[in-house]
Amino acid sequence: MARIRTRLAAALAAAALALAGCGGSEEPPGGSAAPSGLTVFAAVSLTAAFTELGQQFTTANGTRVTFNFAGSQALATQIRQGAPADVFASADLANMAKVEDLTGTPRNFASNLLEIVVEKGNPRGVEGLGDLAAADLKVVLAAPEVPAGKYAAEVLAKAGVTVRPVSQEDNVKAVVTKVALGEADAGIVYRTDVAAGGGKVEGVELPEDQNVLATYPIATVKATKAQDQAQAFVDLVLSAEGRRVLEQHGFLPPPTT
Amino acid sequence: MTRGRVPGLLAVPAALAVAFLAVPLAGLLWRVPWGSVVGDLTSPRVLAALRLSLVCSLGAVAVSAALGVPLAILLARVEFPGRNLVRALTTLPMVLPPVVGGVALLLAFGRRGLAGQWLDRAFGITLPFTTIGAILAEAFVAMPFLVITVEAGLRAMDRRFEDAAATLGAGRWTTLRRVTLPLIAPSLGAGLALCWARALGEFGATITFAGNLPGVTQTMPLAVYLALETDLEAAIALSLILLAISLAVLVALRDRWFPAA
Repeated sequence: MARIRTRLAAALAAAALALAGCGGSEEPPGGSAAPSGLTVFAAVSLTAAFTELGQQFTTANGTRVTFNFAGSQALATQIRQGAPADVFASADLANMAKVEDLTGTPRNFASNLLEIVVEKGNPRGVEGLGDLAAADLKVVLAAPEVPAGKYAAEVLAKAGVTVRPVSQEDNVKAVVTKVALGEADAGIVYRTDVAAGGGKVEGVELPEDQNVLATYPIATVKATKAQDQAQAFVDLVLSAEGRRVLEQHGFLPPPTT
Repeated sequence: MTRGRVPGLLAVPAALAVAFLAVPLAGLLWRVPWGSVVGDLTSPRVLAALRLSLVCSLGAVAVSAALGVPLAILLARVEFPGRNLVRALTTLPMVLPPVVGGVALLLAFGRRGLAGQWLDRAFGITLPFTTIGAILAEAFVAMPFLVITVEAGLRAMDRRFEDAAATLGAGRWTTLRRVTLPLIAPSLGAGLALCWARALGEFGATITFAGNLPGVTQTMPLAVYLALETDLEAAIALSLILLAISLAVLVALRDRWFPAA
């Protein structure tokens, strides 16, 4: 009996090891934040703007800010599962609504437009959404679970264009990366991602009637142990200085309605 | 059962280790939505991921067997310059983070990659975003498990059987086919099973190199990861399948890994 139990235990242990291979590199960060620091969960499209605001915040308050940049849908799930976030900034209202019982009242702080991203010089001559339907064009979109993927689907539906993507990436930056590497010919991303993509990509603007306005809300997380600091960070993002930094990175003011 | 001469105190950290490894499994089983699990598992999306996972993992095993077994034989039997370097290189994917492996594959076999641009120009073949690409990503990560298992089997084997066969006039191919391979069949079987299980669970290299498209490159682990973000119950149900398969592999190999003696 003892031997059987030993072997069962060993088998379970080995099974855990085998499964660990599945997602070893995908563990949500944020768990190791120092208690004195602030942990901000933010949509991956905010990476450049929030990193700059985080440095300003640290300079002004001496509080270290740790960011967890990922797809808003992943962040919302992590917060639902009790991840130690102090502030959550989402790229859409839907994912903020998913955690509404766990956060303070969300405030919209920015908006963003979509653009077609192509390689520098636009070698395939993409001029609009209609060109993305070409069978020999490799188009990468964000997955439908990701806000950018959902917005891209809206944009394509508005234009009446059917696209067969070669991949549905799990966050919007991965779409830019695939285009920057030359693996994909085009993608649909936020215009801020095109700006942040460095010299390797460029954007093709969409006509206003085909575009959608992505709204970014921010809120403190109720479970935070640093309510004052979390609120101070939200205030910074909503301040004139926050607006200035966001606009510098290509974001638009939040919708007025 | 004999009592080994070890300090009894070791039982405390050992029990902690077992708990640490077993509790996450319990956590998963505890949250399985048993009522809806059958419905979750027979949805078209899950079936597509399951089918694709089987195709890709078996493809990866075939690639690994075709290339990895000859490599294991050379590593075990032939002294050649740089053998240790080759062995280190072979096992590198076991310790390399799979995402890094995926980036490396992209830079090597991508459309603009070192070898990929040539493949594209000469044959019009591009590997990223294809099922073949997913198979290669899995093979990259899983092949070392086959190579080291088979090599260990060859080293542990009694080589006098090969010598006897040669003495009796058997050629090299005949000896390999009729003597060596049958003798290392258990190692070969274990190596193939390990390789398959690792390929089935591959995530990082696949999503980085092959991307994520249902039915083409979205294997089970990728489906779990994306489902996790929107539909936790479906993700748990999918995880349950991977867990069951892992356990089945362990049960199949139990005599090898946990000999009753």
